[in-house]
Amino acid sequence: MHTKTLSELSTSLHKGDVSSVELTQHYLDRIRTHNNQLNAYITVCEDEALEQARAADQKIQQKTAGKLTGIPLAHKDIFCTKGVRTSCASKMLDNFIAPYNATVVDRVNTAGMVTLGKTNMDEFAMGSSNETSFYGPVKNPWDNARVPGGSSGGSAAAVAAKLAPVATGTDTGGSIRQPASLCNLTGLKPTYGRISRYGMIAFASSLDQAGPLARSAEDAALLLNEMAGFDTLDSTSVERDVPDYTATLKDSIVGLKIGLPKEYFSEGLDPHVAATIEAAIKTYETLGATIKDITLPNTSLAVPTYYVVAPAECSSNLSRMDGVRFGHRCDDPKDLLDLYQRSRGEGFGEEVKRRIMTGTYALSSGYYDAYYLKAQQCRRLISNDFQQAFSDIDVIMGPTTPTTAFKLGDKTDDPISMYLADIYTISTNLAGLPALSIPAGFVKGLPVGLQIIGNYFEEARLLNVAHSYQQATDWHKKSPLYFE
Amino acid sequence: MSLDKTDVEKIAHLARLAIDEQAIPAYAKDLTNIFNLVEQLTTVDTADITPMAHPLDANQRLRADEVTEANQRELFQAIAPKTEAGIYLVPQVIE
Repeated sequence: MHTKTLSELSTSLHKGDVSSVELTQHYLDRIRTHNNQLNAYITVCEDEALEQARAADQKIQQKTAGKLTGIPLAHKDIFCTKGVRTSCASKMLDNFIAPYNATVVDRVNTAGMVTLGKTNMDEFAMGSSNETSFYGPVKNPWDNARVPGGSSGGSAAAVAAKLAPVATGTDTGGSIRQPASLCNLTGLKPTYGRISRYGMIAFASSLDQAGPLARSAEDAALLLNEMAGFDTLDSTSVERDVPDYTATLKDSIVGLKIGLPKEYFSEGLDPHVAATIEAAIKTYETLGATIKDITLPNTSLAVPTYYVVAPAECSSNLSRMDGVRFGHRCDDPKDLLDLYQRSRGEGFGEEVKRRIMTGTYALSSGYYDAYYLKAQQCRRLISNDFQQAFSDIDVIMGPTTPTTAFKLGDKTDDPISMYLADIYTISTNLAGLPALSIPAGFVKGLPVGLQIIGNYFEEARLLNVAHSYQQATDWHKKSPLYFE
Repeated sequence: MSLDKTDVEKIAHLARLAIDEQAIPAYAKDLTNIFNLVEQLTTVDTADITPMAHPLDANQRLRADEVTEANQRELFQAIAPKTEAGIYLVPQVIE
């Protein structure tokens, strides 16, 4: 049952071959068996899931069900879920029971989907390995000694190990695409503003964007259909029609113009990963695409720009965690300052504190122009590079990550080396562009992801390009042996 | 550039973060490394470049000035660390 695609599950549910309660129980059983090994879930919502499943079964019987009614999913623990702990993998929110739903959660609930639970992540989505979680690291289902990537590492591990058919994630600098790449999944970060950020605990508001983590482009398209759309509750939500992302999956890609940025194939890229990506691009040529070498000359500015913009915005966003209205409060504060300082000092982990301090310094009196303003200017240069490139190509391709999954603990002592794991993914967040990662092969048994970047609101094209590859190859169908 | 113990203490105070005395040298080293990474931005000519605040250069949307939120004080205060008679309690600020 757990090997089926979302479409197959939907057909089975609608034909009455299986009920949503049975399907949900099957996944809950798998979670009970395997979660200890992977630590993919922080909270499992057994009672709530079965209740949602019963309601879904009724809708199916009454013929009022939609395509995804009755299908279970997992939410990254950054999305507020009413009545259910929403921890953001932080001690700060360990006791936080969200009083409302994120719009994404409301939307998939309305579609009749069943929430299995809340997945592990880097604390407040700050990390690329899922090692900064208060609840401990997540293990990569392909090799338990390695990281699943981050920050949506729990969602990626859960879908890769078939502890959920599909999951939500968020991507501020690569947090959907990088774990998708490391766990052999299809992960999409849509255009900034495409999916509502309401109720998605803010990290860097001008970069954060939600998206699906799935086992195929088709599954990702189906979940994106439910997630995307305008929302008055998010002031940066884009008022623009949402196409049916499955309608164009099978379109021909003959004549597709692919740009290969030379900066994405230079120093630092593992040669075996490079060879795998080159092979994937050859496949696209045989499918009728044409290849063009391009340049994104300001690529080297992306990581430094990001490490001003993201920490600056996070230092502001996380100021709401002050121990007064919700979240962790220190014992016996002697005065208000002590209450703030100790509640925050105790509630936040090391990486979060490091980023808050980086942002605080960058925004402190006298430094604003030198850091934040400068970074926002560099950000435009990076964005301009992409618009220049898209003037005569359709999509950009390259590796999602410079290496395959690294070992747990390998980069924890050196924040900068961890930051550089996102070197190919960060630029698209700064520019606000959509991008996805799809399975493209293996190096020494570990998955390699191909990144495909499109112009604004071209999610449908990205999914079409990804689907075409998945019709010609079966990398995305490979799954870690132990979890078959 | 190089940040020292005094800088870290000042930043931690601005950020309202209590940090362990023993952790200060590590923070100083990490923050120094981060700002040295950022330093390369200073070599970029950004004269006449408009800062990019929003990826789509969208404007703030306005709405009618109407009440849209119901009062949910009890719901929200149910998860508060300390409340009394509908207000949030903190240590005494004014003598």
